[in-house]
Amino acid sequence: MTLFGVRVPMMASLILWCVLWEIVGRLDLIFLVPPFTAVLAAAWELVNTGTFQRATVTTLWAFFVGMGFAIAVGVPVGLLMGRVPAADRLLGMWVNVFVSAPLSALVPVLMILLGMGETTVVATVFLFAVWIIVLDTRAGVQHVPASLLEMARSYGAGRWRTLTRIVILSALPEILAGIRLGMIRGVKGVVIGQLLISIIGYGELFELYSRNFLMEQFWALTILLFAFAMLVAEGVGMLEKKIEYYAGVRQ
Amino acid sequence: MSSNVHSPGAAAAAVSGRPGRALARAAGALVGGPMLWRLASVALFCLTWEVAGRIPVSYAFPTFGATAAAFAAMVADGSLPAAFAVTLLPLVIGVTLSAVLGVGIGVLMGLRRGAEWIAAPVFIVLQAAPMAALIPLVTFVYGIGLTSKVLAVCLLALPVIALNGYKAVRNVNPSLLAMARSFLASPWQRVVRIILPDASPVIFAGLRLGVSAGFIGVILAELLITPTGIGDLITYHRSIANYAEMYASIASIIVFSAVTLAVLQTVEVALFRPEKKGT
Amino acid sequence: MGAVRRIDAARAGRPGPATADPIVQVRGITKRYGSTEALKDVDVDVPRGKLTTLLGPSGCGKTTLLKIVAGLLDATAGEVLVNGKPISGPGPERAFVFQDFALMPWATVITNVAFGLEMRGVPKAERLETARHCIREVGLAGFEDRYPHELSGGMRQRVGLARALAVSADVLLLDEPFSAVDEQTRRKFQEDLLRLRHQENKTFLFVTHSIEEAVYLSDAIVMLSRRPGRVNRIIEPAIDRSGSPDEIRRDRHYLDTVEEIWHSLRDFVE
Repeated sequence: MTLFGVRVPMMASLILWCVLWEIVGRLDLIFLVPPFTAVLAAAWELVNTGTFQRATVTTLWAFFVGMGFAIAVGVPVGLLMGRVPAADRLLGMWVNVFVSAPLSALVPVLMILLGMGETTVVATVFLFAVWIIVLDTRAGVQHVPASLLEMARSYGAGRWRTLTRIVILSALPEILAGIRLGMIRGVKGVVIGQLLISIIGYGELFELYSRNFLMEQFWALTILLFAFAMLVAEGVGMLEKKIEYYAGVRQ
Repeated sequence: MSSNVHSPGAAAAAVSGRPGRALARAAGALVGGPMLWRLASVALFCLTWEVAGRIPVSYAFPTFGATAAAFAAMVADGSLPAAFAVTLLPLVIGVTLSAVLGVGIGVLMGLRRGAEWIAAPVFIVLQAAPMAALIPLVTFVYGIGLTSKVLAVCLLALPVIALNGYKAVRNVNPSLLAMARSFLASPWQRVVRIILPDASPVIFAGLRLGVSAGFIGVILAELLITPTGIGDLITYHRSIANYAEMYASIASIIVFSAVTLAVLQTVEVALFRPEKKGT
Repeated sequence: MGAVRRIDAARAGRPGPATADPIVQVRGITKRYGSTEALKDVDVDVPRGKLTTLLGPSGCGKTTLLKIVAGLLDATAGEVLVNGKPISGPGPERAFVFQDFALMPWATVITNVAFGLEMRGVPKAERLETARHCIREVGLAGFEDRYPHELSGGMRQRVGLARALAVSADVLLLDEPFSAVDEQTRRKFQEDLLRLRHQENKTFLFVTHSIEEAVYLSDAIVMLSRRPGRVNRIIEPAIDRSGSPDEIRRDRHYLDTVEEIWHSLRDFVE
């Protein structure tokens, strides 16, 4: 991938867009778009407020707990589906349905089953993230070269050791890709869950700012969220790059 | 559904070499699997639902039977079809707009370095970002009418469609490009005869992801800002504790989106993949 | 016997044989990728109507050289003349056969074969007629409406060959065309190629890493040394090809030539 070589200068164009934003904001054309620098200033102030910090803790907690569950469930289910054809046939259809289903419609159900609290947000994150992790893990397991499995068998590795020493390691690139995509979806899930519940975390803040037309704060929060989403994606992306070398060799 | 078609970064290649292929495989498993297994799978799901409803796991968890009955009643009294019509209109408009714009921008970004430099980072950010956060803002400008819903759909659908178009074009088989060059294809012929056909599976995968994101967007808009359509049915039945009706509305929209995506894939194969027919 | 006529390039002082009528002339080609030098000051003359092979260990830049001749890669220095004129890219007088076949998976065999003609604006009826003829020529009659994925590797490469024949170029450039094909198919293919070479009055420039293949097929073998690739020497194995394929493969002279090339290449293999 030459992308990495290209990416650094490519991302520089974002600065250009920020400058454009600043100009539009300064011209005062639309009250919805305050100058970019004003948004940055608001972001700085926001970060230092107690409300924001509490909301951040709530949001991060829901995100990471939800992701933890998604990984803890998604990877084993994916491994199962990849290794056991019957499980694959029984579950495959539903995983495929839910990976692209409008899960936002399920949040109201979670709200009545789990209450209007953080549990619902955790469940939303889980629901958004888990399916893609299952699918990618399954794909990774199915891509394990047959010769590696035969090698393990011919050297006397049992089921368990084949799984831990061959299958999981060989599928690791796909599993990590699934987790990265799951995290991107999880961030969306945490925001959608909180927006719909609208009394906890960032959802409460969004609600507050948009009701009171506090555009600078609104955009500041949005930018912080976007930055967090990119950070999460890039973080796992870097981990993936570290093990990409043997994924390349494997093909 | 593949992972990599959704990913903005380089790791796409780590998953299956070419984006879109995992998706095709997944769909193949969905459509091509033995009928018996699929029936068993559906039966198992319904049975689990029924048992969970009988226990019951929650006062707000109706049995499968009750939900199915509610579904039949809502179809019969016309409330469900009417809600679907209201929900689908902004979805169709929004997805069509996003498809035209997204594929256009995506292909342009793939072909032109300048367009790539200017636009690709924006779409990479937008695709990874929780765009749902912007939906309340849309209401400010456009109120709670059709326009808002269309915009909500576009906000969620456009980035993924554009980014897939871009990656599709950038990942065109270099060997085919060299072949076209050596057989003296003009730049235009290269785009029309090689790049677009070779990129089309990933572009279509992006469209399906866009449709899926559009469903999320339109439902979200209906739940958050404009109490109409399916979103309104869900909210309304929830408020009067008609849980079977609420579950029926949710299940119907989820099944509907799954069927829509499957149909889109079938249509794609029928119209654009002559080599896959009958195999 | 001593029938192996050879010009030892290094000893002769100026590399490359003085062929009477070269159709392709490679003049002082150097190719650098960053700091690695893939080719260094390569001179080769490709005689008209003959089959010339570029032979060398992997990484000697033989495919790079072929792609420069094809106009698919730009050289860092030097020039390529075809029919006496310097090239600046791909041209109608050259046709390329790709190692990985480079067939359009969404198109039928006949559409693939007619691709080059289509790009040249040949009317549909005419190009399908030509394509059909070439498909017959490579022994694929009856497979016109199949898709590439329905064919075996050997058949796919025949499609690639038919596509190159269809544009009636003077020079066919073949980049390890048989490397993705099993041994039996490969042998059959080589025999077909020899037959084609006699029927069609074309020049072939052929890249391979198989010594046997090079000796079996070639009028001239250009041996390239390891990176940076340069012309090591040129061998003209005057093999008597009047006999059957099996007789050729048992021919003393054929075996001696293979042996001789192996000995001189051995130095490059650690």
